[in-house]
Amino acid sequence: MIVAEKKPIEEIIDQVKDFQKLLIAGCNECVTVCEAGGKKEVGILASALRMYFMNEGKKVEIDEVTLERQCDHEYLEEIRDRIDKYDAVLSLACGVGVQFMAEKYFSTPVFPGVNTCFMGAAEERGVWSERCQACGQCILGETAGICPISRCAKRLLNGPCGGSTKGKCEISKDLDCAWQLILDRLKELDRLDDYEKIMPIKDWSTERAGGPRKVVREDVRL
Amino acid sequence: MSTKTPSKLEEILTAGHLAVTSECGPPRGSDPEDITKKAEMIRNHVDAINITDNQTSVTRLCSLAACVHLKMMGIEPTLQMVVRDRNRIALQSDILGAASFDIHNILCLSGDHQQFGDCPKGQNVFDIDSMQLIQTVRLMRDEGKFLGGDEIKRPPQMFVGAAANPFADPFEIRVPRLAKKIAAGVEFIQTQCIYNLDKFELWMKLACDRGLHEKVYILAGVTPFKSAGMAKYMKNRVPGMDVPDEVVKRMSGVPKEKQAEEGINICVESIQRLKEVEGVRGFHIMAIEWEEKVPEIVERSGLYPRPDIS
Ligand code: SF4
Ligand code: SF4
Repeated sequence: MIVAEKKPIEEIIDQVKDFQKLLIAGCNECVTVCEAGGKKEVGILASALRMYFMNEGKKVEIDEVTLERQCDHEYLEEIRDRIDKYDAVLSLACGVGVQFMAEKYFSTPVFPGVNTCFMGAAEERGVWSERCQACGQCILGETAGICPISRCAKRLLNGPCGGSTKGKCEISKDLDCAWQLILDRLKELDRLDDYEKIMPIKDWSTERAGGPRKVVREDVRL
Repeated sequence: MSTKTPSKLEEILTAGHLAVTSECGPPRGSDPEDITKKAEMIRNHVDAINITDNQTSVTRLCSLAACVHLKMMGIEPTLQMVVRDRNRIALQSDILGAASFDIHNILCLSGDHQQFGDCPKGQNVFDIDSMQLIQTVRLMRDEGKFLGGDEIKRPPQMFVGAAANPFADPFEIRVPRLAKKIAAGVEFIQTQCIYNLDKFELWMKLACDRGLHEKVYILAGVTPFKSAGMAKYMKNRVPGMDVPDEVVKRMSGVPKEKQAEEGINICVESIQRLKEVEGVRGFHIMAIEWEEKVPEIVERSGLYPRPDIS
């Protein structure tokens, strides 16, 4: 899933303080699971903002909505009939949702309420970590199912570097060395010999480096 | 064995001498004297001098320019090149730039992560890794081709080196990793600073068992401690460094004013012992901001005078 983190309330206030009618829009997908922008967080943020504006003596109307998905035309359409009531939307969806909202409601200011962090998973309750950087050419089959692009601090395809210490990465004792994980799993799979295969120079044109990406599937187009 | 490049370092190693290299870190400023003075101190005691490439990710005068200063002094440089800061265009371009000054040695490295340096908020590149940089230099030299496949006019003639850290984890892949670098095309290795000699000897033995010592020249890395504080710092703070307790104890066991001397003693004794280790073909003496001690270390280790090859 896409993992996001709530923006600090001060930053949010700074973005929306000049508007009178505000819609806070949550999303029922990833940001709900990572507890950053679901229905619950929309409610908490709305209360906090109401309190803030009341203390400031400002009259600001704040409505709440949580859409099934903000990265989807169909669900975004659900608010078309009322969008004109608002001066601005504060979207708690990931960056994709915020942008889809802005594209769809072209004349309504839209602000992000979360920082979109990465694609990852919950390791345990309250701890999320990165697993994929969408390089567009997945090599997990060669790296024992562990991604060195997103999980090695140097994106080494032929790691580990000389800084790997006791299973941890040179940049932090709290971070597993991806190459230690790869080696442990290669061993488990009885494939340690594969370690000596040199991974060729990667084609990064399918990654961010190649410019904004698009997938076009003729077979599913209408 | 015949040499493949005009590198003096390669020639010395091929002739069967124990090679001696050292390194200088370029300044955090643009005064060329900061490099030339250091180089002057050690020029007669070493065969080639590495110039580090923004080591520990701290911004400095560039390795290539510093190498050119050495070249102008008639000293043989080894261009260190990390893949952290440049993509494949810039790497190949700098290799050609170095080759245009007839710089004949290159050391291919990953580079420390930028969070250790003065620009922790900067981007890193890591377009290719150190293994692939070795392949790249070999491709450019041996096939006279760019990575893109086009032909290079006057290809670089570089003796290709890399680092090896026998002390990083996991130990069991440290020899396979050396084998991998050899397969990628590396010709000489400069190791991480050796303080744990037992572990180094074990690594060398495993490398020899696979016959790797016959495929690559291994220069054992040594760094003298200036003080007990430095020994402790290296032990506790530098990733991938293995400083055994007894070495720290030995440094702490002498009075402060004698610690520098003890550091040199330890270094010389290490070299003496390492000389006897099968597969060790020379030494890489990294006297960090202590270049003036290199001649003494070289002389006391019986590595002076250097072979006269020109
Ligand atoms: S190899 Fe690429 S696609 Fe596969 S997990 Fe890693 S970043 Fe994602
Ligand atoms: S320590 Fe491991 S994860 Fe960290 S940069 Fe080095 S190889 Fe990558």
